[in-house]
Amino acid sequence: MKKHCGQALSWEMTDGGVELVLHREPLNEIGSLTLDELERFVEELQIAAGQASSLIIYSTLPQGFSAGADLRELYEKGCKLPTEERVVGVHQFLERIHRVLNVIDASPVTTIAAVHGVCFGGGFELALACDLIIADKMARFCFPELRLGLIPGFGGIPRLKRDLGNAVVRDLLLTGRSFNVQKAQAIGLVSQVSAEGEVLRVARSIAAQIGKFDRHTSVTAKQFIKPIPYNELRREIEIFCTLFARPAVEQALRKFVESTDRQPYLP
Amino acid sequence: MPTLDQTTDEILKLAATHFKVPREKLAPDDDFFEKLKIDSLQALELLTRIENHFRVELPDYEMQGVTSFRVLAERIQSRL
Repeated sequence: MKKHCGQALSWEMTDGGVELVLHREPLNEIGSLTLDELERFVEELQIAAGQASSLIIYSTLPQGFSAGADLRELYEKGCKLPTEERVVGVHQFLERIHRVLNVIDASPVTTIAAVHGVCFGGGFELALACDLIIADKMARFCFPELRLGLIPGFGGIPRLKRDLGNAVVRDLLLTGRSFNVQKAQAIGLVSQVSAEGEVLRVARSIAAQIGKFDRHTSVTAKQFIKPIPYNELRREIEIFCTLFARPAVEQALRKFVESTDRQPYLP
Repeated sequence: MPTLDQTTDEILKLAATHFKVPREKLAPDDDFFEKLKIDSLQALELLTRIENHFRVELPDYEMQGVTSFRVLAERIQSRL
């Protein structure tokens, strides 16, 4: 895998470990640019998987891991189109991001999301595609989609349900509340908590440990314990698109994008 | 259980430390958005800092409309 420095993402492989860095300002919003680079990354990851044992995904932006989908782009590109075209465009985007996250989810390398600060919406869903989530003490997680009249669309619900169970999904989804790392660890979402600013060091320590194991055994174990919920992921895309066609979503997106409210991130 | 004044004072100290402002410049009835010049994401940082300190969970929807340190302290008190 060649070292890559893109506008939204960078990646490189050293000592059998791949690191994917998120650095698109303001807060790693996932839109077309990031998706283009993610697609290129997973292509290279699949090729490099034979030589790599681990993947760490982290952000170099101080405010956090990712604020989620690029709502500004979603509104500006999508909501000016007739409903049918808008839904087709979103459907295509979701198909592409699902392909990317399915590759990460099923990758033979052991994947680690190293999270600090904000980890919301699509960013949370990116982390959920990983095998392990490590977070620092100031990390905060949230599925805020219901406030926009939507559900998470990047595979978050099926993956969270697979990993934690339906009651947890209902709590987080239906209240739309954000929650801290203590809660995240208590419910089994976060496997290790680091001091502030130490999450990458902890993730690299885990990656070094993973690198000591026989790869075939690690891959076999992962395939055994981490099924990909393909049917539910397909269903999620369909439900998202049905909801996205409703006028309430356009209104909510416009309100969010044009908001001068001091608390637009709060439900 | 701490009194409301004690909780408010703890929150003021946490805010002063986190946002690097002198503690004496903050008062219980200050609008923390204006006084600290913070946005909504920074308000969530403050909430996380407070939750970690008091070992409580305060759903962020309970912060909706809350702008003063004292009212924030009341919300925290209700979870202690």
